Amino acid sequence: MKISLTEVEYVARLARIRLNEEEKARFLKELNSILDYMDLLSEVDTTDVSPTTHTQHITNALREDIKRASQSIKDTLANAPAKADGAFIVPGIIE
Amino acid sequence: MEYDVIIGLEVHAQLLTETKIFCSCPTTFGDEPNTNTCPVCIGMPGILPVLNKKIVDFGIKLGIATHCKIAKTNIFARKNYFYPDLPKGYQITQYESPLCEHGFLDIDTTGGSKRIGITRIHMEEDAGKLIHDLKGHRSFIDFNRAGVPLLEIVSEPDMRSTDEADTYLRELRQLLVYLEICDGNMEQGSFRCDANISVRPKGSTFFGVRTELKNMNSFRNVHRALSYEIKRHIDVLRSGREVTQQTMLWGETANATRSMRTKEESHDYRYFPEPDLVPVMVDNAWIGKIRKTLPEMPRERRKRFEEGYGLPGYDADILTQSRDVADYFEDCVSLLDSPKEISNWIMTEVLRVLKGGTADIKALKVTPRMLTSMIRLIDGGAISGKMAKDVFNEMAETGKSSEEIVKDSGLKQISDEGHLKNLAKTILEDHKKEVGSYKKGKTQLIGFFVGQLMKATKGKANPELTNKIIKEILEE
Amino acid sequence: MLDLARNFRMGNISPLDITEKILEAIRHDPLNAYITVDETGAKNAAKKAGEKIRKENNNPLLGVPVAIKDNICIKQMATTCASNILSSFVPTYDAHVVEKLKKMGAVIVGKTNMDEFAMGSTTNTSNIGTSKNPWDLGKTPGGSSGGSAAAVAAGLCAAALGSDTGGSIRQPASFCGITGLKPTYGSVSRFGLVAFASSLDQIGPMAGSARDVAVLYDAIKGYDPKDSTSVDIGYLPTTLDGLDMQGVRLGVPKAFFGEGLSTNVKKAVKDGIAVFKELGAKIIAIDLPNIKYGVAVYYIVATAEASSNLARYDGVRYGLREKGADDLIDMYMDTRAKGFGIEVKRRIMLGTYALSAGYYDQYYKKASKVRTLVIEDFVKAFDVCDIIIGPTTPTPAFGLYDMADDPLSLYLLDLYTIPANLTGGPALSIPCGFTKEGLPIGMQLMAPAFKEDILLGAGITFQDHTGFHEKRPQWNMM
Repeated sequence: MKISLTEVEYVARLARIRLNEEEKARFLKELNSILDYMDLLSEVDTTDVSPTTHTQHITNALREDIKRASQSIKDTLANAPAKADGAFIVPGIIE
Repeated sequence: MEYDVIIGLEVHAQLLTETKIFCSCPTTFGDEPNTNTCPVCIGMPGILPVLNKKIVDFGIKLGIATHCKIAKTNIFARKNYFYPDLPKGYQITQYESPLCEHGFLDIDTTGGSKRIGITRIHMEEDAGKLIHDLKGHRSFIDFNRAGVPLLEIVSEPDMRSTDEADTYLRELRQLLVYLEICDGNMEQGSFRCDANISVRPKGSTFFGVRTELKNMNSFRNVHRALSYEIKRHIDVLRSGREVTQQTMLWGETANATRSMRTKEESHDYRYFPEPDLVPVMVDNAWIGKIRKTLPEMPRERRKRFEEGYGLPGYDADILTQSRDVADYFEDCVSLLDSPKEISNWIMTEVLRVLKGGTADIKALKVTPRMLTSMIRLIDGGAISGKMAKDVFNEMAETGKSSEEIVKDSGLKQISDEGHLKNLAKTILEDHKKEVGSYKKGKTQLIGFFVGQLMKATKGKANPELTNKIIKEILEE
Repeated sequence: MLDLARNFRMGNISPLDITEKILEAIRHDPLNAYITVDETGAKNAAKKAGEKIRKENNNPLLGVPVAIKDNICIKQMATTCASNILSSFVPTYDAHVVEKLKKMGAVIVGKTNMDEFAMGSTTNTSNIGTSKNPWDLGKTPGGSSGGSAAAVAAGLCAAALGSDTGGSIRQPASFCGITGLKPTYGSVSRFGLVAFASSLDQIGPMAGSARDVAVLYDAIKGYDPKDSTSVDIGYLPTTLDGLDMQGVRLGVPKAFFGEGLSTNVKKAVKDGIAVFKELGAKIIAIDLPNIKYGVAVYYIVATAEASSNLARYDGVRYGLREKGADDLIDMYMDTRAKGFGIEVKRRIMLGTYALSAGYYDQYYKKASKVRTLVIEDFVKAFDVCDIIIGPTTPTPAFGLYDMADDPLSLYLLDLYTIPANLTGGPALSIPCGFTKEGLPIGMQLMAPAFKEDILLGAGITFQDHTGFHEKRPQWNMM
């Protein structure tokens, strides 16, 4: 087995997705079958091969430091699930 | 058992750019919540970052100043974690290849000069700000700070005491201010410091378990927090327990550190190269261009002020705190070769008017030319040092030259020997009894006579000359 | 689309007439092609376009009803990505491509159905339910741009925009008998495209013919400083005359005709290649040794990027927030549990795992390296050929829910389309035949980066000599 139930639970927690027992069992099975397939890659020799992050070889896409108007606070908060006093609101956090 | 202390510091410096790192919103501090935001810095769906070139300029500048190796290829990475002040669910930062590496900063310690290694300097974005409403069990989020550019400066664990850490921090802060890339304001959070601390039995070479210390928003707090945490480590070890690796928060009111409850659960940040940003290639031409803009570094300048101008270390230190003040001093010296006298005036009157350096010297109405002209008046005996203070204040207020002020107010000192002699004779005539006592040996009465003459001239008589003349007459 | 523009100019029909006809047909649409229809906006835009028709007779987009995939942002119009987590989201900005279309006077009819966050190849994962194939309502239109493909095929718009991360334009285009282009990465701005996998995503045109696709591609391509991965080359208009196939070298990879390819698709594609051969093309057998790793590479890279891209859906600034949680972590976990469907969760899980401590080198890094090898295969292949040709998909459209329970088998069907996303090169799907049952079959043409003109030219020539693209599906508004 590539991934254990504990790891499924760990990954779900990392990704902040609550899974019920049924989903955990399902993902345990499916992720293992997918990861077994991914084993295919282990047969490839990638010594001295550099990884690809971008397909086009462009560099230095830079912007000058010139101020532009921000968007209105109305637009910023337009889709907010909870807001007050010009701010977004979330349940209390104790640090 | 005695313990060695090992401290490494991580500094986050907010950069003095007009706009944020990946969007054109302003970086102004203290504006109404969420007014400096746009779809980029609040992480709206489908929106993409574009890097502000100035961030790279500033990073290179600091890299050169700290003798770092500047990376030719710069890749940004995503640091993934969930927190409400982090709009995209990841922070764009540099991971595998920071902009600058392997540098150092020299500091002065009681044991002489010491070299503190700079492990890395990298570019990244700041997060927003959470304001906790404990009673209402909710937190407010202000994203004005989200996307403000940061340089993270990570030192080697080279500091061996709280004092060394403090000196390094001050030195680094001064450097950033000198380079004009950060305002160094700790209270407003534009210069923030986290510390990694461990202790180990004296003489051993392994590293003890370290804790990370956060939330120290002033030099005073850094000092107190480090001292507290070091003592805590030693106490734990002395009692035979082990230090737990964790993040501690400094509580200013509690005057103690405490374990941080959130963000602790996992450090699995899943870094990977940021696909939305392309590599930034820094060539020698770019580095050369930045190098040309580099000012003399504060430490070197301080040394030159001591050795070149013969200033005491104390003076050199104060004058080089800010690049503008040091420039002002050197402008004055180029006009009048009296470094110590100029230094005295800057350290007292100039800095007083500038409210200890928080106000901008460039806005000061007293130009170096005006200040040196006034000092010439003192040196020539035209005004006394005491009168000069009033003249200086008036210059600072009105921008008039010292000559003009002296002329307009009739402040000019009386240094005409004949005139003073006549006045002195009259005064001695009027105080025969005191002259008698003087001649019998009560020579301290000289002050009384000088005082009388000063009174008669409304303080304009040249004090040294007056003193000399009266003495001469009495001893004739 | 070009026909429509001609008819507008001749005064045979007005933009408002056709828009109203389309809106009426959408009201009775059995295909579930649209998520949002903007009747008022479309009519207003059509009226405005009608007033300009006489003045702007060189603008082929003016007054043309187009549909936009629901992962492309339109200001003040819901952009849901077919997900519960964004069902209430209304952008305050236009995607770069939308801005361009609006400027040209195109009539935006609405937002089309798709797989949730473009993750899927059937539209089954949409939160409003699957779309249907107009050639056979019991078959899938493909995905993830299935709504766009179905709408174009059925005449519920004249053309549409889709997005393609691993085949999401080409596969539904082939299932629905239309033409679709996955442009070169960097030639169309991604600004305003809700990200699935940033290094693979690209917006592209879908229409009834290669000429129409070329016209729409020309309208949306170009450098955009708001997208750092946008490439600034001098973009020229695509010629609509077709490509002279004499001496053009067509590379046929063995790997595209192996196990798993259905016989009807194989035959139609071979026939399609024969058409080019008759027109003078040279057929060259080529080898792409690393292509067999494509699916594995893709599903690691794409899910890894997706796990990060979808982290912003946390219920804080927009979208769904599950009420009731008074603890922050619970709020996150409940919101994302309720907001995402099963396929999205599966991919976030896979991608998170591939990046997590201890597995990064084995999965993400390894895949990124094998990706380099796949790219090198194509560089070598394009030394000996101008176009690589093969099937778009191994099978024609399958039954609506045939593959619902087998994610891996479904992933494996993307093997022909994935390489162009891994390499960043352009790829075009054109209709090349039909099955006995009358389902369309698509053929894929690939070229080196920024050689869209060759692909579209070849597509136009092919369509000038064949009639597959002109056949209408069983269900269509006309």
